[in-house]
Amino acid sequence: MLKCRTVWRKLAPLAKSSSTLCRQNVRRAGLNNGRTPVCVPAAHMSSGPVGGGGDNLKYALLVGAVSVGGLVYAVVTMKSDQKRYEQRIEELSTRPQKTSTKPTAAQIQSEPPAVPEDQPAAAPSIEEPSSPAEVEAPKEETAPETTTPPVADSTPVSLKLPAHAPYLLIGGGTASFAAARSIRARDPGAKVLIVTDEPDLPYMRPPLSKELWFSDDPAVTDTLRFKQWNGKERSIYFQPPSFYIRPEDLDGAENGGVAVLNNRKVVYMDVRGNKVKLDDDTEISYDKCLIATGGIPRNLQLIERAGEEVMKRTTLFRKIEDFKSLDKVSRNVKSVTIIGGGFLGSELACALGRRSTESGLEVIQMFPEKGNMGKVLPEYLSNWTTEKVKKEGVKVLTEALVKSVTCKDDQLEIKLKDGRVVTTDHIVAAVGLEPNVDLAKSAGLEVDSDFGGYRVNAELQARSNIWVAGDAACFYDIRLGRRRVEHHDHAVVSGRLAGENMTGASKPYWHQSMFWSDLGPDVGYEAIGIVDSSLPTVGVFAKATAKDTPKAATEMSGTGIRSESETEDTAVSPVASDTPSPAAENKDDFGKGVIFYLRDKVVVGIILWNVFNRMPIARKIIKDGEEHADLNEVAKLFNIHED
Amino acid sequence: MSLSGVFCSYRQEGKDKIIFVTKEDHEASSNAELVEEDPNDPYEEQGLILPGGDINWNCPCLGGMASGPCGTEFKDAFSCFHYSKEEIKGSDFMEQFTAMQQCLQLYPELYPQEDEASPKQSSKDSAAEGPSAANSNPAPEQDSDTSNPNTESSPGS
Repeated sequence: MLKCRTVWRKLAPLAKSSSTLCRQNVRRAGLNNGRTPVCVPAAHMSSGPVGGGGDNLKYALLVGAVSVGGLVYAVVTMKSDQKRYEQRIEELSTRPQKTSTKPTAAQIQSEPPAVPEDQPAAAPSIEEPSSPAEVEAPKEETAPETTTPPVADSTPVSLKLPAHAPYLLIGGGTASFAAARSIRARDPGAKVLIVTDEPDLPYMRPPLSKELWFSDDPAVTDTLRFKQWNGKERSIYFQPPSFYIRPEDLDGAENGGVAVLNNRKVVYMDVRGNKVKLDDDTEISYDKCLIATGGIPRNLQLIERAGEEVMKRTTLFRKIEDFKSLDKVSRNVKSVTIIGGGFLGSELACALGRRSTESGLEVIQMFPEKGNMGKVLPEYLSNWTTEKVKKEGVKVLTEALVKSVTCKDDQLEIKLKDGRVVTTDHIVAAVGLEPNVDLAKSAGLEVDSDFGGYRVNAELQARSNIWVAGDAACFYDIRLGRRRVEHHDHAVVSGRLAGENMTGASKPYWHQSMFWSDLGPDVGYEAIGIVDSSLPTVGVFAKATAKDTPKAATEMSGTGIRSESETEDTAVSPVASDTPSPAAENKDDFGKGVIFYLRDKVVVGIILWNVFNRMPIARKIIKDGEEHADLNEVAKLFNIHED
Repeated sequence: MSLSGVFCSYRQEGKDKIIFVTKEDHEASSNAELVEEDPNDPYEEQGLILPGGDINWNCPCLGGMASGPCGTEFKDAFSCFHYSKEEIKGSDFMEQFTAMQQCLQLYPELYPQEDEASPKQSSKDSAAEGPSAANSNPAPEQDSDTSNPNTESSPGS
C-alpha cells in the first residue's frame, strides 16, 4: 500500500504532463485533419499550428521517452526510498538504547535533500509513523493530493517527538514554568510541551546574582543550591528532573504531564496554521501557544566592536553558564569591572565585593548615573546606597561614560569620556536586556516601539491562541498603563495568568507583581509598581532613636547576606534625634522607611526600604489608585517602627 | 531647607520630599482611606476554596501537588475528601488516597517519604481555614510554589 502510494505520487505530475501532451497531439491532429477541434480541458500549454505527419512521429517518440523516463525515475526513487525506509526502521529499533533524543528527531523529521521539491511532504509524512493520539496532522500545502492519515507502522509511538502539543510553551524560563504549572492545575491531564534553546530545565534567576555567591559550599557551581531567607536550602531549579516527562512520552501519557525539549530553538511561527518550526526543521502544531522567550543581555556597542581579545574578557550575565564562568573568572583574575549601575550590576558588584575581602580581588563598578540604582531610587537615597556599596569593597565610579575599551598586555584598558582610565582584567556588562522578539516577523505579531517586546492586551494575549508572558511581554496594566516588566515575580505572576487564560480564564493582569533587591547588609528593599526615579517621591523614614539600629533591621530581615554580615554600620547616630536641620546628607540615616512614587498625585509605586512582610498593604494602595492628601497618614499603615 | 517640628522633620529635595518620623508620630492610627474589598472579585487571586465551593487547584498553597506527575491522583483524593458528606470527613475515600500514596512513592525526589502523610494533612488544614488560606500552608515538597515569593529565594518578603 505504501509503495503504491509513493509510486502514484511520484508519477502523478509526470502522468499529468504526459497526458497533456497526448491531448495536445489529438487536438493538433484534429485541426490538421480539418475536423472540429475536440473539446478538451484547457491545455496547460498553448500550441500553434503544427506541421505535417512527420511531427506526429516525433511527438509519439517524445511521449514514449517521457513515459519510460518517468517509469525509470519512479523505480529508482522508490528503491532509494525503500532503502531509506529500511534504514530508518532499523535505526528506530535500536533507539531504545539511546538516551539523547536530538539525533533521532533530526533523522526522522528532517526532509531528505534527495527528494525533489514537489514531493517533500509526501515522503516524510508516509514514512513517519503517526501517533494514534494525534488529532491534527501537520497540514502540508505542497502536497494537496494527500490527506496524510495516521499511518500504522511498526515503530513504537513512544520513540518519536510529538508532532502536536495541545499546549506549546516557547521558552523554558520562569514564566514558562509558571504557566505550565497553572495549565496542569486547571486542565486535568493536560499535555504541556516546553521548547527551550537552553540545556537546562527551568530555573530561577535571582540567586545567580545573589544567594549563590554567598554560599559556603565550594561545590555550589555544580549543586546550584542556596539557603533561603527561612534557612531552608533549595535548588535553583523549580523542580527536579523526575517532575517532568520525556517529550516522546507526552502523547501517550494518560494523565498528561510537562515535557521539556532542550537545545531546540523555535525559528518560525505559522499563526494561520497553528504550528511552529524548530531549528532542526521539526514542525510542531499546537492548540494553545505561549511565547515566553525572555531576552538576551545587551552589550555596549563599543565592546562588541573592540575585537576578539576584548570580547573574550567580557561577560554578559544571565544564565547558569554565565554564573559558572564568572565564578571561575573571579577566582583567577586580580581585577574585575562591572559596567552598569542597575539591579544586576549593583548586586553582582556587592557579591564580588564581598569576595574581595577574602581574595584581594579588585572590584570596580562604573555607570553613567550619579549613584547606584540611579534610575530607580530618588537621588538622596541613591547616593546613600552608593556609599553602602562602597563599604562592600567596591570601587564605584559614578558619572562614567565609556569611550573605548582596548586590550593591552593581557589586560583591558577602559577609557572614559572624562579622561579617567581604568585598567582591569575582566568586564561584566550589565547594561540591560534586549527582549527576544525573533518570532514577531514570521508570526506577524506586533512589537511595541516604546518598551520593546511583543505587544499584548490586558489578558496577555497577542492573537487567538497565542499569549506572551515574562520579560518579552509588553502588556496593558489596567491600573498602571502599558508597560513591560523584567522582574522575577512578574514572570511568575504573568506566566501563571497566561496559563490560566490558556485554559479559559479570561482574566486581566490584576495582581500586581513585586520585586526586591539586596545590596549589602544595610540595604534591602522590596518594591511594587512603577518605581522610576524621574517621578516625584515622598519618603517617610523612621527617625533613628537609641533603639533602632540597622543591625537590628538586618537581623530581622534574615537573608543570607544579612545573617552572615558582621559589619557594623557606622553611619548610625542614635543620639542625634534632635539634631537641627542643616544636617549633612550623609548623616541622615535612611535605615528604614517607605517611599511613595507619584504620578498625577496617585501612588503608582512603593518601595519598602528595609521593612518586610508589608507587601500586601503596598499592593492594596496601588490597586486602589486613590489620591491621598497626606502620605504620612498612608505611611502609618506600614508600621515602619515595628519589626 | 527643612523644618524641625517637635517630633517629625520634613524637607524637600527638588521633586522629592523626605519625612522623618518617630514612633510617637505614628502612634495615632491612620486616617488614610482604603477602598473596601470585594470578596468575590473575579480578578483577584483566589484562596484554596473558590466562592462557589470548588477547589482552586491553582492555589499557590498547594505547591505543585496538583500539577506534578501525581497531580491527577492528588486531585481525585482531595476532591473526594472535600466533597465527602460523611460524618467523619473523608472516610469514604481510602481508594483514592491509596492510589495517591502509591503514586507519591514513585517519586521520592519530589515527594520526600517522611512527608508522605503531610500532603493530606496540609490540604486538610488549608481546607479547614477557608478562602483566606491562600498562602499559609505551602505543600511540603522539594519545590516551593513559584508565585509566593516567601517560599522562594526572596529575602523576607
